[in-house]
Amino acid sequence: MFAFVVRRILATIPVMGVVAFLVFSLLYLAPGDPAAIIAGDIATADDVARIRTVLGLDEPFHVRFGTWLWAVLHGDLGSSIFSNLPVSTLIGQRVEATVSLAITTLIFAVAVAVPLGVVAAWKAGSLIDRAVMVFAVFGFSVPVFVLGYLLIFGFSISLDWLPVQGFVSIREGFWPFLRQLILPTVALGTVYIALIARMTRAAMLDVLSQDYIRTADAKGLRADRVLIGHALRNAAVPIVTVIGIGVALLIGGVVVTESVFAIPGLGRMTVDAILRRDYPVIQGVILMFSFVYVIINLLVDLSYTLFDPRIRY
Amino acid sequence: MALTVFAPAPDAALANRRRPWWVRNLPIVLGGALLLAALLVALLAPWLGTIDPTALSPIRRLRPPSEQFWFGTDQLGRDLYSRVIYGARASLFVGFAVAVFAVLSGLFFGLVSGFNRIFDAVLMRVMDGLMSIPSVLLAIALMALTRASLGNVIVAIAVAEVPRVTRLVRSVVLGLREQPFIEAAIASGTSAPRILLRHVLPNTIAPLLVQATYICASAIITEAILSFIGAGLPPSIPTWGNIIADGRAVFQIRPQLILIPAAFLSVTVLAINLLGDGLRDALDPRLARQM
Amino acid sequence: MTIQGKRLLAACAVAAFGIAIGFGKPADAQQKVLRFIPHANLSSIDPITTTGYIVRNHGYLVYDTLFATDANFKIQPQMVDKWTTSPDKLRWEFTLRDGLKFHDGAPVRPADVIASVKRWSARDTFGQAMAATVDSYEAIGDKTFAIKLKKPFPLMLEALGKLSSNVPFIMPERIANTDPAQNITDATGSGPFRFVRSEWVPGQKAVYERFADYKPRSEPPSWAAGGKVVKIDRLEFRIIPDPAVASAALGAGEVDWYEQPPVDLLPTMARNKDIKIELIDPLGSMAMLRFNHLHPPFNNPAVRRAVMMAVNQNDYLQAIIGNKEYYKVCKSFFTCGTPMASDVGIENAAGDLNKAKQMLKESGYKGEKVVIISPTDIPTNHLQSLVTEDLLKKLGMNVELVATDWGSVLARRASKNPPDQGGWSIFHTWWVGPDVVNPALHAPLRGNGAASWPGWPTDATMEALREKWLVAPTPAEQVSIAKEMQARAYEMVPYVTTGQFQQPTAFRTSISGIIVSPVPFFWNVEKR
Repeated sequence: MFAFVVRRILATIPVMGVVAFLVFSLLYLAPGDPAAIIAGDIATADDVARIRTVLGLDEPFHVRFGTWLWAVLHGDLGSSIFSNLPVSTLIGQRVEATVSLAITTLIFAVAVAVPLGVVAAWKAGSLIDRAVMVFAVFGFSVPVFVLGYLLIFGFSISLDWLPVQGFVSIREGFWPFLRQLILPTVALGTVYIALIARMTRAAMLDVLSQDYIRTADAKGLRADRVLIGHALRNAAVPIVTVIGIGVALLIGGVVVTESVFAIPGLGRMTVDAILRRDYPVIQGVILMFSFVYVIINLLVDLSYTLFDPRIRY
Repeated sequence: MALTVFAPAPDAALANRRRPWWVRNLPIVLGGALLLAALLVALLAPWLGTIDPTALSPIRRLRPPSEQFWFGTDQLGRDLYSRVIYGARASLFVGFAVAVFAVLSGLFFGLVSGFNRIFDAVLMRVMDGLMSIPSVLLAIALMALTRASLGNVIVAIAVAEVPRVTRLVRSVVLGLREQPFIEAAIASGTSAPRILLRHVLPNTIAPLLVQATYICASAIITEAILSFIGAGLPPSIPTWGNIIADGRAVFQIRPQLILIPAAFLSVTVLAINLLGDGLRDALDPRLARQM
Repeated sequence: MTIQGKRLLAACAVAAFGIAIGFGKPADAQQKVLRFIPHANLSSIDPITTTGYIVRNHGYLVYDTLFATDANFKIQPQMVDKWTTSPDKLRWEFTLRDGLKFHDGAPVRPADVIASVKRWSARDTFGQAMAATVDSYEAIGDKTFAIKLKKPFPLMLEALGKLSSNVPFIMPERIANTDPAQNITDATGSGPFRFVRSEWVPGQKAVYERFADYKPRSEPPSWAAGGKVVKIDRLEFRIIPDPAVASAALGAGEVDWYEQPPVDLLPTMARNKDIKIELIDPLGSMAMLRFNHLHPPFNNPAVRRAVMMAVNQNDYLQAIIGNKEYYKVCKSFFTCGTPMASDVGIENAAGDLNKAKQMLKESGYKGEKVVIISPTDIPTNHLQSLVTEDLLKKLGMNVELVATDWGSVLARRASKNPPDQGGWSIFHTWWVGPDVVNPALHAPLRGNGAASWPGWPTDATMEALREKWLVAPTPAEQVSIAKEMQARAYEMVPYVTTGQFQQPTAFRTSISGIIVSPVPFFWNVEKR
């Protein structure tokens, strides 16, 4: 088990190395010139050239990559070209909104999807089952920003029940915080409900057809105990896997959701940085997102042992 | 967003055994019909009562729906109906092209990597790296790297899908390698390309076909997201994503500028997803479990 | 990578901790806080390296200026108390007012002023013109400094009192010694507000506090001139890029002032009794179509003239603004409504498509490709580009619209390559009225070739006229030279004006005392 964990952690190093290289070379090749953007509308070519020199944008690829990687390994992600604020500070300023949205979405999705999936499997072939499956297909097909605008139109503009957009820190009270997050959570959560509900249903059906469940059932154990105590526990591995994949997708979905709902989070910051060619910020944030993704995959792998005693490493 | 994990609906087949084929395969029929309709709209766009979707007329900007402009006009006075109808062309084209591109490249890399260990070790690390970059961010970054054009959008979206296809093909190849008939073929000196063509390729077709439909659906959504963020197709090509992006600023006063293209987009994606589900169940019920 | 991981975990932990214990306190209820939605994100704090108007506005809060432009375009002293010019006009001597202090408590010294003027004049076009005549700077005692010139520079006060980007703001010497190509990181100034750097979250907010030690002048405020009396305690810039959210926030009273609401949303906003919509931007902005003069087809003045003949400003203004209340046709090369503007030559921009087709046919245009570069993230520029694309197609030109983001447009715009090799033929932008009000400031009108603003027209006649204007002794003579320049511009067509528009502003009725000016100022503003 310990050896497995170590091996698994070591395996993430080359992946992160590849990401670092990919991201850096991508930006190196990008045609947009941050020096021109800093210099602005009125600048002449000489101004731009001087700014390029000052920022070290004239150095060859391997020098720039080496300098950057060395700093990153020492915990220094560099500073924004525009604001001169350290990238880690910028991330720190934005992380609350993104993490909050990710957590509420995950809780919402799991809380809705797992019961739906269990009931659908239990009553397989029934009207409820069909309704869940139809909902699941719809959930996949409506893009998150479309759903976002539908929700804003319905609940904010027409009914005026919830704030249009924006984000309130939890420090300013739990209810104001939650109120702002309801619509984005529902918009972003729908696709995960679809995903997790389908997976739960499939895994449950698989388990329910096993002999030991039939035995438990035949012994006259109550349905809920069979379902939750035996079946759900054994169906947990694929469900956890899909939640892990869901978290990875969540990172992409957050970018769009933050744009629609004007949430000042990491996703918006990344898009802004890409459009402005703020290289250190783009590199830092993408590296961080990839790191989170790799860690989540690691946790998912490790969690298998918790849920399924048959899996041992 | 690529949704590669889809659950099977195993017992539906049992329950439906005695029903007519079109009821048993309702998803295929429904999805296929809707997709066919969308394709027809795209192909027949000029004959569906449309006018030039790019013709500007600032004088008649932001008109509400009327007999002349069925869905109203946008900020530049362009006819929304014509734009939405023509938008089907770009969106569907991007979807299909990404699916084909991603499947072919994934097939190539997967086959090679399944048969060459050194190449496999290197390629899989690169693919792991690519997969750990959120695909939307990767696509935005790639679009920022190049200029907005149809080809670039297709490549930018497809790059994020290639690793998933590669892994799928590779797992099929690795599974087959253990099979006696392949071992026999290798032992008897059959050349590698021949084995690939004869034995491996046919086994990948079914899962790839299913995978391609899902890629197609997610590519259409990703294209819309790119346009929405301002890193998509050039604005002179009407796509559903472009139209929605243009409508953002005036959403409060003219919600149809977003809601109508959004409805077309969602129904099309729904159709392709239904088709994908149906194909998966019909082609190989076991496959669904493996995925 | 593990260190990176630790950092991330630390960041998450800090965030979680913050969430858990709920640190941070809301602003004191007794404080008067003005919440303002600016037109753009404050992503940089250096008003000398950056020309963005948002950074200029930040500069006016944090810094003070030696001279300032008032509402009658007159230059008035601001930090300067009195000044003299030698009879041969080669030596200017300035004395600062009493009691000027930086936010760190240090007095403003001549050395600070000289370092600031030097840094500014290395970057700004007007400043560069001034620097070319400067022989040396000299500090005399605690409050006096002199500028010695090699040849007379009559526009000295106009340069030092420049209203818009880049403004010669006065910074402490240690900061002003920063390389003019590098951004400063310390926002210490001597202006009426202090920048609260610890609360600055780019893309979200920027915070300023009243600087209690600021000594305002006694005159009433007029544009950047006069007494800067601050009547609020705290000013918060809230960055809300989505117009729908921003107008909702104003309607709900979450913010007090929304700088640039889109004109399309005004009718909806006007229904709210608590919101006032006003034009505080008397000169408006001038939208323009800029040609690349280096490459075909627009290296041929006849082709440029044909396009100018075709331009119908109403189409552009409808597309970018859409409400006649906020725009007007303006065919002068100088901001309409100001002294240098005139009607000379406007018949050359009649908006006559048929005549334009004829002119294009006779121009020798051979179907060369026209590449328009357009930023989709700047609607005012992008919508203009779409109108131009449509117009040139109607003219029968071979057009390609390259739509990208503003960053890429700026980068590509700097390229002097042919349009099909990474260059360009046309881009659109706009200049605020005060920036194109006279030949001294007017960058897009210049004909100084490779050194000029992208587009690079070479026109010795125009440059000679500009030199003549800079030393013109009387306003009447200035006007007559400006007319000659406009006539020349209609011949050479450095660019085409596509209209003049005004940007209304919207604020809560609890706000009063807003100074009507091309730059939003925050002194004199009161909040009930």
